[in-house]
Amino acid sequence: MSEVFSDDIVARQAGADASDRVRAALEGRADVMAMTQATHDAALRPADPGGLSLALRAALAVRVARLNENAELADHYRALLEKAGAGETESAVSDPAYRGHEEERLSAIIAFTDLVSMRPRDTRAADIEALQVAGIPDADIVRLAELNAFLAYQIRVIAGLKLMKATA
Amino acid sequence: MSDIIHEFTTEIPHWRPRVKPIDLAEATPEQLDALKVTPSNTKVSDYVLVLANDVETLKVRTPLFNAIMYNRGGLGRAERELGATAASVVNRCVYCAAVHASRYNQLAKDESVMERVFRDGEAAELDERQQAIFRFAVKLSKAPSAADEKDMQALRDAGLDDGEILDLILSASLFGWANRLMHVLGDPVAKEGQTR
Repeated sequence: MSEVFSDDIVARQAGADASDRVRAALEGRADVMAMTQATHDAALRPADPGGLSLALRAALAVRVARLNENAELADHYRALLEKAGAGETESAVSDPAYRGHEEERLSAIIAFTDLVSMRPRDTRAADIEALQVAGIPDADIVRLAELNAFLAYQIRVIAGLKLMKATA
Repeated sequence: MSDIIHEFTTEIPHWRPRVKPIDLAEATPEQLDALKVTPSNTKVSDYVLVLANDVETLKVRTPLFNAIMYNRGGLGRAERELGATAASVVNRCVYCAAVHASRYNQLAKDESVMERVFRDGEAAELDERQQAIFRFAVKLSKAPSAADEKDMQALRDAGLDDGEILDLILSASLFGWANRLMHVLGDPVAKEGQTR
């Protein structure tokens, strides 16, 4: 792969190194690719994570990648989760079958994540109120929405590039 | 509440947050920098003040947004707006759809495309090139796995080159992001005198 994209998660996930055409297109938008990488770091590894720990962010990212049936991306976030120090809770969250059990805060975060990542159109004011009732401050609600929103973007860019590569 | 707008429109509504915007008077230097607040520019929308709650993401997302929608070359600006509107229709973000459909209308100087999109939604039938762009953006927005090689081939058959296709992937995907903020963190409400 060209040096420009050797550390770029989207380019690597899309397998851009194996396609001259996809690589050339990405090189034409090198600024956008660099900014995309910067948003990944802001959503997954912020200097100030607020009430959403880096491990929880990585765990939710594994979960969303799995909900979207992207196993390679789930692997990427699993590695990030291990680096952040996965506890029992985070390991559980990364499994889409887990709903948070009795823990109100965690259940609310999981329910919101599943809804916003898979059925954003169905989100209602009550879904935000449920987070507030579970004791999650508004700043963390925004952080959680941004994490979900970034993942939706990243997953789609990767999927689009894979199709581009397949038909090149 | 009764003043919430549920139908698609090209009249841009007001956006009412569901969470607290930051208080400008108490903003940190980092937040002021991300908000681009200067003595001559103190007008910041509630939407951006809400996003300033996560200043690290806001700081890098704004330039990304501008690059994807306004970068030179590649896909025409109106066609990027079509991709953005397709995503907003799928995700039912009435506010985003209003902003980007009206930008499309200004850029393309043609209101018939958005009339069809708002009337028929995801099933709207458009000219070949617009149809290929719209269909691809709709499917990618619904679920990444819903878009397939046929949809991609339709873009190539309609004459889009690799650079244009990349710009479409980016603009449609970017609204997977924007819709999940705008539609999730607030409501579109009628401005005074706005028809609903």
